[in-house]
Amino acid sequence: MNLLALMPFIVLIPLIASGVVALLPGRTLPWVATLLAALASAVIAALVLPEAIGQGPMSYPFGNWPPPIGIEYRVDAANAFVALLVAGMAAITLLWAPKSVAAEIEGRHGTFYALFLLALAGLLGITLTGDAFNVFVFLEISSLATYALIAYGQDRRALLAAFRYLIMGTVGATFLLIGIAFLYMVTGTLNMADLAERLPELRDNNAVRAALAFIIVGMGLKLALLPLHLWLPNAYAYAPNFVTAFLAGTATKVALYVMLRFVFTVFAPDYSFVVLPLSTVLMVLAVAGMFAGSWVAMFQIHLKRMLAYSSVAQVGYMVLGVSLATLTGLTAAFLHLFNHALIKTALFMAIGCVMYRTGSAKLDDLRGLGREMPWTLTAFALAGLSIIGVPTTAGFISKWYLVLASVEVGAWWLVALIVITSLMAVYYIWRVIEAAWFSPRPQGAVAVQEAPLALLLPTWLVVGLNFYFGLDTRLTVGASTAAAEALLGAGVALP
Amino acid sequence: MSLLPQLSPFTIVLIPFAGAIAIAFAAGRPGLIQLLSWLTAGAFLLAVWGLAGAVLTGTVVEQAVWEILPGMAIAFSIEPLGLLFALLASTLWILATPYAIGYMTHGGYGNLARFFACYAIALGAAAGIAFADNLLTMFLFYEILSVSTYPLVAHDGTEKAKRGARTYLVLLLLTSICLWLPAMVWTWAATGSMTFTPGGILAGHVDPVAGSILLILFLFGTGKAALMPFHRWLPSAMVAPTPVSALLHAVAVVKAGVFVALKLAIYIFGLDYLKTLWSTDFVLYVAAFTMLTASLVAMHQDNLKARLAYSTVSQLSYIVVGAMLASQLAAIGGGMHMLMHGFGKITLFFCAGAIYLASKKTLVSELDGLGRKMPITMTAFLLGALCVIGLPPTGGLWSKWHLVSGAFDSGHGLILAAYLASTLLNIVYLLPPVLRAFLKPLPEGESAGFKEAPWLCVIPLSLTALGTIMLFFAAQGGYNLMAVIFDGGWN
Repeated sequence: MNLLALMPFIVLIPLIASGVVALLPGRTLPWVATLLAALASAVIAALVLPEAIGQGPMSYPFGNWPPPIGIEYRVDAANAFVALLVAGMAAITLLWAPKSVAAEIEGRHGTFYALFLLALAGLLGITLTGDAFNVFVFLEISSLATYALIAYGQDRRALLAAFRYLIMGTVGATFLLIGIAFLYMVTGTLNMADLAERLPELRDNNAVRAALAFIIVGMGLKLALLPLHLWLPNAYAYAPNFVTAFLAGTATKVALYVMLRFVFTVFAPDYSFVVLPLSTVLMVLAVAGMFAGSWVAMFQIHLKRMLAYSSVAQVGYMVLGVSLATLTGLTAAFLHLFNHALIKTALFMAIGCVMYRTGSAKLDDLRGLGREMPWTLTAFALAGLSIIGVPTTAGFISKWYLVLASVEVGAWWLVALIVITSLMAVYYIWRVIEAAWFSPRPQGAVAVQEAPLALLLPTWLVVGLNFYFGLDTRLTVGASTAAAEALLGAGVALP
Repeated sequence: MSLLPQLSPFTIVLIPFAGAIAIAFAAGRPGLIQLLSWLTAGAFLLAVWGLAGAVLTGTVVEQAVWEILPGMAIAFSIEPLGLLFALLASTLWILATPYAIGYMTHGGYGNLARFFACYAIALGAAAGIAFADNLLTMFLFYEILSVSTYPLVAHDGTEKAKRGARTYLVLLLLTSICLWLPAMVWTWAATGSMTFTPGGILAGHVDPVAGSILLILFLFGTGKAALMPFHRWLPSAMVAPTPVSALLHAVAVVKAGVFVALKLAIYIFGLDYLKTLWSTDFVLYVAAFTMLTASLVAMHQDNLKARLAYSTVSQLSYIVVGAMLASQLAAIGGGMHMLMHGFGKITLFFCAGAIYLASKKTLVSELDGLGRKMPITMTAFLLGALCVIGLPPTGGLWSKWHLVSGAFDSGHGLILAAYLASTLLNIVYLLPPVLRAFLKPLPEGESAGFKEAPWLCVIPLSLTALGTIMLFFAAQGGYNLMAVIFDGGWN
């Protein structure tokens, strides 16, 4: 079986496995099956990425119906990179999962992991498919599964958070569907490559303009781009810790990828950035998100909410890179997409370890905990360095590219804004460190132990990856540059 | 010199870090912590002197540890100024070790593992700054130094200590991230390089207007050099236990600041390019202003440590002025003053700590007659004061000599006058404590018996005081070492 034939299995394995896992009894068995499925996906994705970078796009027609008639999976550097990230993060968070899930979810775990695999299959499907309508279908699969996963949270507010996400997420998906329908109406095709060929003739068509606007707003919702971020903080805060760690690293990233795919491949940048004031709009929203997210994060006492608002800010960084519409800017966006997944997953895992032992993620309950859980909180502090963007961490690399991209277009004020928001990150990370190490344990607090190794080891693995990708940038910078080139096409001249 | 080991710069930088980890694991066992502190400081000293031996015999030491992005690496290289800084830090560390052990034990402080671990990390970071081959590496260790000293400043754990420590950290981080970091990015964007190169890298890439802005960003961003208005952190840091004030806030941290300033002037801007920038004069006069104002403030401080802190602010500006005069003589004088002031000021702080340990006195006005009870300490104080003022028989004479000559050479009459005026002010605020101690009678009711601080504290301060005298005779070595920078390399 050659690699091309293997490629669709990145999506198919979790999709098929979810049906099997749903039937498995007990707790360990479903987890093992899920882990194997995610690992298999990740391995195939890792094999596909170098091929997609080296040999150019790979196309797999489903049922041998040639595109644009049948559905096509079309993989270039951009989506191969995102697919590897999603499958890889799924596998890594799964390593962390069993203890945490066992503590939070009662009864057998078959259904839970089946839903997880559905969400994963959905995200991977969105990433790999070359068919616009297929994107919508997979988006719904992953979203519905995600709503259910969030509702598993112990806190009763998780139900409300899931419901709110359901409403907002459905609005976003509907907007996407309307946009796709408009495109289908005027072109008669749903294949993305085919759309890209036909749309240039329809530059002045109002339906095409509306379609672009609908798709951007719809994906902006799923991406949690300010001011469409309202679903995110509560969803992240009250979901089970494992779900939060997984979603933080993957869900918004895939939404960003879809937005980029439409803006750059389907519509072509010299259209998207001309008919709509896209550059300005995205830049304003990105900067607003960076500030508002960081600002609100500075005052959160619930640490999962704090990290969630920090995510809103980080999405701002990615979109800022996109808004510059240059190769360096887009590279920065992809870099941060990848690096932020590592950073935020590590942070959520560390907080998950704290919750596993203390049952609370409140800042006050963390006081003096540095002595009792030194490894967990050191992991948090190190991952915090990465989100601040300290040299030798992954976060530094993406911010460095973002700053370079800003300097390239002469936007010095953006450099100042990036620096200021990074300082805000210093503040919200520092609060935690000061509480953990420089405050006494509250009166009457029960003594707690260090988190179990089953949680610590995966956490430290991700923390280690943060430093590994801060030093060895060949994979991330290489793949991000290839991804940006794949989207921009060779030598696109922008206005 | 070949008897000593010759390690690579990165290994030397790692020694204190490794020591810190070992010390952290020895938490709760004071004896082991002390032993490990001795071992780390000793190994570090041997390694630095071994490296110095190799470098002075003509070996070129350059080491690229890791290339993060093309052209952007964590890399080290040894040049005269950095070597001097590392020699200073390593030598004073081994002298400060017994002092710190004595002071912390007799002062009844807790949390010794955290204290000595952070102490070691700070020295490792200082070595990293000294050996850094490019701006990125320097920035990295500069920030490690800021963060690692925070727990030391806040060591008392009182609300006052925490407040002081917060001011300290916030000022240092803010200046470096808001000013230094953008300047570094700008340099990279404009020249495609961040490597320290003799003669500078900016000339020809950055026009004088942009260069002027860069200079302001860089020098005010070097918060550790304590140029006004970013000097507040230094008096705030005085809430720390005295061993911290002595080694870190008289030597490692502040010298790192002026070292960065000198290094930028010589290796990023280049002295010739500096002369073409309008902001050179601006920074020059800000530094001269800082020098005089801080001296005036120091005169009015009754708290001995606060007085010494403001004196440090003033003396740091001597060196920044030396860098901004854009004259080789003044730059060399600046480098030498780093050394001389290091020895002088650590002696003064050691004495202040010894006085506190022996008699619980912290104010200058309480020192009357103390010379009779603590003759060794007060004699050492006198020598340290002479060195900071710049009077024979101490090494301070020579560094000030070169600084003043440099000001004269470059035709800055006002700066020359400022140097002289500030030296007079130094006398006014540093000699009264000694005069009070030796000439005034003890207050009523105090017995005149001999009562020195513990020997672990008195011996180090005697040694550093003797060091100031030795430097009087050995100053030519420092001059020759740095003259190499302008002679076109080592060979």
